[in-house]
Amino acid sequence: MLGIVSCAAYIPWYRINRNTIYSATGFLGAAPLPGEKAVANYDEDSISMAVAAGVDCLGGTEREGIGGLYFATTTQPYAVRQNSGIIASALDLQPDIRTADFVGSTKSGTTAFLSAFDAVKGQVANHVLVCASDCRLTKPGGALEHTYGDGAVALLLGSDGVIATLEGSYSVSCDFPDRWRAAGEIFEHVWEDRFIRDVGYTKIIPKLISGLLKKYNLTIKDLAKVIYCCPYAREHAAIAKQLEAEPSQIQESMLATVGDTGSAYPLMMLAAALEEAKPGDKILVASYGNGGDVLLFQVTDGIDRVRDRREIEKYLASKKELVSYEKYIAFRNIVPVEVGIRGGQIASTQMSNLFRERKTVLSLWGSKCKRCGTPQYPPQRVCVNPDCGAVDEMEDYRFSDKKGILFTYTGDNLAFTISPPAIYGLVDFEGGGRYWFDITDCDLDSLKVGMPVEMTFRRKYLDEARGIHGYFWKAMPIRV
Amino acid sequence: MAEGIKDKVTIVGMGCTQFGELWDKGPEDLMVDAFKEAIEDGGMDKKDIQAAWLGTHYEEIHVGKGGMPLSTTLKLPFIPVTRTDNFCASGSEALRGACYAVAAGAYDIALALGVEKLKDTGYGGLPEFSFTVGTKNRLIWPNISAPGSFAMMATKYFAQYGLSPEEGKSTLAKISAKSHHNGTLNPKAHLRREVTVEQIMNAPIVAWPLGLFDCCGVSDGAAAAIVTRADMAKKFRPDPVRIKALQIAVSSGEELMYTGWDSAHVESTYRCGVRAYQEAGIKDPREEISMMETHDCFSITELTEYEDLQISPRGRAKEDVDSGFFNLDGKIPNQPDGGLKCFGHPIGATGLRMMYEMYKQLQGKAGPRQINNPRLGLTHNMGGFPVYNIVSVFIVGL
Repeated sequence: MLGIVSCAAYIPWYRINRNTIYSATGFLGAAPLPGEKAVANYDEDSISMAVAAGVDCLGGTEREGIGGLYFATTTQPYAVRQNSGIIASALDLQPDIRTADFVGSTKSGTTAFLSAFDAVKGQVANHVLVCASDCRLTKPGGALEHTYGDGAVALLLGSDGVIATLEGSYSVSCDFPDRWRAAGEIFEHVWEDRFIRDVGYTKIIPKLISGLLKKYNLTIKDLAKVIYCCPYAREHAAIAKQLEAEPSQIQESMLATVGDTGSAYPLMMLAAALEEAKPGDKILVASYGNGGDVLLFQVTDGIDRVRDRREIEKYLASKKELVSYEKYIAFRNIVPVEVGIRGGQIASTQMSNLFRERKTVLSLWGSKCKRCGTPQYPPQRVCVNPDCGAVDEMEDYRFSDKKGILFTYTGDNLAFTISPPAIYGLVDFEGGGRYWFDITDCDLDSLKVGMPVEMTFRRKYLDEARGIHGYFWKAMPIRV
Repeated sequence: MAEGIKDKVTIVGMGCTQFGELWDKGPEDLMVDAFKEAIEDGGMDKKDIQAAWLGTHYEEIHVGKGGMPLSTTLKLPFIPVTRTDNFCASGSEALRGACYAVAAGAYDIALALGVEKLKDTGYGGLPEFSFTVGTKNRLIWPNISAPGSFAMMATKYFAQYGLSPEEGKSTLAKISAKSHHNGTLNPKAHLRREVTVEQIMNAPIVAWPLGLFDCCGVSDGAAAAIVTRADMAKKFRPDPVRIKALQIAVSSGEELMYTGWDSAHVESTYRCGVRAYQEAGIKDPREEISMMETHDCFSITELTEYEDLQISPRGRAKEDVDSGFFNLDGKIPNQPDGGLKCFGHPIGATGLRMMYEMYKQLQGKAGPRQINNPRLGLTHNMGGFPVYNIVSVFIVGL
């Protein structure tokens, strides 16, 4: 019995109302869409969101049992320097694992899932974690600016404690050139909307789904939930009709709340479906992108363990409206903004130093004194407890999964940030240990001395001149 | 037990430049200006100086590293020159180096000079910390500035002692208003205008809860001191100023990494004060100290110093601020020259600039700011942040 052991989606805190986008760039002609979409904070990207989903998905899972991490995206921050390697470090996975980046198409999420399944089935690893995440840049004024949203999902595959078994799959590869982006470019090109809608989604999705049903000799009535991607609301409904599915069988598209999150999109809808699933349910998931993959799941009794988490519901409710379109494009670095001389000063990253300190920086490891039990960050050789002072009596200690309280804080208008004020403070961790951190995903007014916080992996800086995306952990008020 | 430095060394000459946004002056000009005044004040010759200490912190952006910027600017004749850096207390460190060398008997006459040219960065505030705090720290420290790091202490101080933001900010505003008043009386100060408590409280926020007038200025400047053995001081002048205590305390890491510290005081200041009072033989600082120049990079820093230096009881400095205890006409005037608030904070110069005011006050040469018959003056010079710092407490008297 192989399949999904755990899964979690991540939806960023910020949402932008599509009317806000339309008010700013509607003059260029793109049709308005209803609702809002999820927007990554300025310090988020596909790597950081993948980590956020991964952290939730793993929970307290022992890292030793995880033999692989596959990362799917079309917006990998690094073309060279494996993105999944950074995510694996942030999630504190073991070094002797298989990591891979699945890129280049929005079907990469399901493809990574199938590859992970093959690895578990082939006994390459007991557990493989799949993270799919996208944070796509769109040109101001284009239709994609309305449809694309930011988000991530993580699924842990294995054989014990399975909540949904993978019963079958069917894949189609088709060089359907609806969208493309050449190496070195930042924005996608897109062909005519009607072509994408009528020849793309409306033809490919039914072909995928009926292909799978035929392969396993099933009918649409056998399915409890059907999940597929189609950003056109009318055609989304038309596909259901074409498949002869009841509306209740169709998973809600999240288009009016989150948007099309690319590689993560079908699997985020799967995460949402699982939160409402019953044992025995058959769930079909179809991805889209140069063809697509269809996955067929059967929900097990194990689902009771996760069904009531309602994590997606909580993420959807935990939000902050980004009322300024200008701020949105500044966050995404789409237009040059004046950062001033201070903001333009970025110290170089010494890669040998980063490598030496990788556990401290990427995994948020500190140390814990074996003599007095004091956790301390960053790792110390000499115990910081003034009444102890033991030397070289430390063991490793992971802070990334520890909650804490905000001991004090400020909102700083002098330090440069694209989203002033720069908020930071001292965090006292549960179980001991203190350090100072940037604080993200909050308003200054909402902070209080003593309030609970948790840690979140973020892009700390972007050094464009040297091509470096620098990552570290920040604190944030507990979200869900 | 070590016998300490008390009464072994005297200051016999001092100089201090005009502080400000000195677009027309380079750091070399500032060094020459401070030195010229000091040597004229001391009545000695350049060749009498046997060793020198240069205090700078951001030397990368002005004079450059090492002792040579001082020796080649002043054309010192191949004598030892040591550059000292201990964050914002670099100038105090230079003076400490010179005093210890003289006390040790290694030299009879030594020079300490501090200088900083901050206004060539192209922006307000101190230079970006990510370049200066170490290659590992910059990967893991938050995106801090100096006002933000001290603002965190204000947030916690207010919370700990139950002050509403209005109560807290009005207390801090009185501290800044007092210093601004003193600054109007000092021609060498950068900022020389009265500012009301209301203006201070309504100023734009730099780092919550600190507003513009809670922060010291950003200035260029230099200051210098010439020190000799106490037994030869009268050769130079009738009113040499005696060193009573020179103490430094540096953070142990507990503040940032251990949960014992309350973030509502500066532990190094307290520890340093205790040792300085002991060295100077002071039992009751509130009664014995005549005047102070404390490190008021931010108003909250000054508020907590009153408590850490044991002038005011813990959590009750507000009462002394409200009563005018630290005003120019109060029991212990603080920042009689206007403080960092009005002089700004050219890092390497600040500790020596503080001492310059104590020196002039003790000699009765402080003009309209003159304090009536001061006996003991204290300088407190702090570098770094409340969580990670170096503090000096020096005590001088006639």
